[in-house]
Amino acid sequence: MATLVYLLPIALFLGALGLGAFLWALRTGQYDDLDGAAERVLIDTNPGGEP
Amino acid sequence: MSCCAPAIDMMLDMERAKSAGPSDDEILLSRRQLGNGLSQIDLAVPSVHCAACIQAIETGLSRLANIESARVNLSTKRVSVNWRGSAVPDIVPTLARLGYPAHLADELGAEKDGTLSELITAVAVAGFATGNIMLLSVSVWAGADGPTRDLFHWLSALIAVPVMAFAGRIYFRSAWNALRHGRMNMDVPISLGVTLAYSMSLYETITHGHHAYFDASVSLLFFLLIGRTLDHLMRDRARAAVSGLVRLSPRGAIVIAPDGRRNYAALTEIEPGMRLFIAAGERIPVNAIVVEGRSDLDCSLVTGESGSQGIEPGSAVLAGVQNLTGPLTIEVTAAAKDSFLAEMVRLMEAAEQGKGAYRRIADRVSALYSPVVHVTALLSFLGWMAATGDWHLSITVATAVLIITCPCALGLAVPIVQVVAARRLFENGIMVKDGSAMERLAEIDTVVFDKTGTLTMGRQGLRDVKFSDEHDLAMAASLAAFSRHPASVAIDTAFSVRSRQRVPYENVVEHPGLGIEATLDGRCCRLGRMSWALEGGDIPDLQAGTAFSIDGALRASFDFNDSLRDDAKAAVRELAGTGLSLEILSGDKAPAVAQVAGLLSIGMFNASVLPSGKVDRLAQLRTTGKRVLMVGDGLNDAPALSSAHVSMAPATGADIGRNAADFVFLRDSLMAVPLSVQIARNADRLIRQNFALAVIYNLIAVPIAILGFVTPLIAAIAMSGSSLIVIGNALRLRAKKRGLSIFWPASVKSSSGTRESVL
Repeated sequence: MATLVYLLPIALFLGALGLGAFLWALRTGQYDDLDGAAERVLIDTNPGGEP
Repeated sequence: MSCCAPAIDMMLDMERAKSAGPSDDEILLSRRQLGNGLSQIDLAVPSVHCAACIQAIETGLSRLANIESARVNLSTKRVSVNWRGSAVPDIVPTLARLGYPAHLADELGAEKDGTLSELITAVAVAGFATGNIMLLSVSVWAGADGPTRDLFHWLSALIAVPVMAFAGRIYFRSAWNALRHGRMNMDVPISLGVTLAYSMSLYETITHGHHAYFDASVSLLFFLLIGRTLDHLMRDRARAAVSGLVRLSPRGAIVIAPDGRRNYAALTEIEPGMRLFIAAGERIPVNAIVVEGRSDLDCSLVTGESGSQGIEPGSAVLAGVQNLTGPLTIEVTAAAKDSFLAEMVRLMEAAEQGKGAYRRIADRVSALYSPVVHVTALLSFLGWMAATGDWHLSITVATAVLIITCPCALGLAVPIVQVVAARRLFENGIMVKDGSAMERLAEIDTVVFDKTGTLTMGRQGLRDVKFSDEHDLAMAASLAAFSRHPASVAIDTAFSVRSRQRVPYENVVEHPGLGIEATLDGRCCRLGRMSWALEGGDIPDLQAGTAFSIDGALRASFDFNDSLRDDAKAAVRELAGTGLSLEILSGDKAPAVAQVAGLLSIGMFNASVLPSGKVDRLAQLRTTGKRVLMVGDGLNDAPALSSAHVSMAPATGADIGRNAADFVFLRDSLMAVPLSVQIARNADRLIRQNFALAVIYNLIAVPIAILGFVTPLIAAIAMSGSSLIVIGNALRLRAKKRGLSIFWPASVKSSSGTRESVL
């Protein structure tokens, strides 16, 4: 019972963290163009940002 | 283009030839102003499909002056461009030069869809809660006792609150809507079951009870939301693909003021009496009369006539037809809201209302199912009350009955099958608007085809060529390359391959309505209408057709015909073979229709049918109890498409028809029709099997629940077990895929190897 006092909050916090991360990604438009994101990996860009 | 060519491109090549892209004026009309002199425009670029395309477009556009940023969205196939200043940079010409014809995105599709993000958020919240509550529940089932169990129950109750509020809301809203209109849908028992389970569990928790059903109510919502989200994604994808195609109605036109000045005006500002200038290649925005100029019109989408039509001053033109060869000045006879296009929209709305609402299978089943469930739960409550007098025990049993029968499997039975089926259709280049269309397609017994653009390609194909010297053909092809007339395009594509070098013509002049003229070594070469080309030479036969002549002497003659769509014969045979009766309804003249009907051995056909006539014919079929699939593409088919039981249109059709149709097929082959019918019928069978499975499950589980043997553990196992069976059954539709794909000819198959992921 004593371990539950800190294990449960940790478990819930980690779960909530994942949920929060997902919702953040959704809000910032990272799911708007899944196909594009998959293809953009292949684009070569110089460190300066200019392709 | 530098990379893989998906099948949709083949269709769009056709459209590309027809449309010159939006003008700067049109872009100015539809841009969004972001302030600080910054403007934004969303353009649809359907031919984007890989990283190289993204890079080519983004770097190509960024190099232009004043462009602030350009960003491609590959999923929706759009590019969003921000620029500074009032002048429009050369966005469209640059894109065209790069090989990506662009056009204005439909406002409808550009609107940010809030429903999807609400659904995804709800799935995320429900998924999080389900995982955590399940963990707590497993501990309880494993023997957690006393205060620990109470703690776990309280935690579960707490975690479930946002799910009820956020994810549950979607179902509560829908259930309330149905009840308010005196209907029943699947969401009513779902909402009732979930709410009852939650409140009863809360009571249990407060009174330190053994059994809480938080896991059941939350996981139920989670599974159902997955089904609903998949369903929505499927529709979204189809809509994005359809709205990415070229719009037919221009957003405005160049108005010639009485003093001769020319201004670009939006469509709504155009009034009868105004004079408009229409360049070659543009579409005519409103009904009008030609004042000046000669040209040829492509009326195939509007009237269903396949041949191009010559016009001269005094001819009346309908909104939506395309001006092919010469510039025209026209006088407006009707404002946009009274023009042909708007008239079609009104006919469509009337047809829609006349059709009567279709009730989805799930709703029909739940109308039977829900009362039974509710009565069973009530009876078990009353039974246990009578037997024991313990109202707490009675409520527990009644709730268990509700949870066990709560249509988790039923809620998934329909959408999961339809999503799998839609995915299969998508892989074959067919978009389906929603699940109800698939259910309706499975019921049809009659197929009505439009002719032009549906059974045929709707463009001129060479049928008969007479010539004496191969070299003449090459010369004709070189001359044809100067014109945009469909006949010229066909001659050019057919014969230009044979001549490696172009013939050095001089003084090329296109005579609208007649043909093209040019000089070569001092000799006059003409390609065009037979009587015109042979003027002053041999006595022309009174023969229609196109001729190529040098100094009036016939060198080659070409006969044109609208060619049948790929596989039209096979598709028609296949449909007839499955016992469907077939019919042609066309706006074209009788001989042309009869010829096509003869070629395809379709017995029933009606020619020269007006748009309202098509609707009347469909209404007549409906009153005799027929369920009709209408396949058509033109503006003149749009009302018929919305009045039919279910409808299909090719992607090359008029945008208004595409929006009215339930199915849109992107490839040239007409095999899309029998394939869709077959997939819809298979899906229908699987849905019925799924319902049968759900009923069998209930026959076993309900007695156990009524007898009071159900614990939360048993409920969880039974619910997920039945859902898995239903999902597994639906996936059998995918497994049959290989056997069916043999219908596709090799040419179509080879181009289908693109990445077209739906979900």
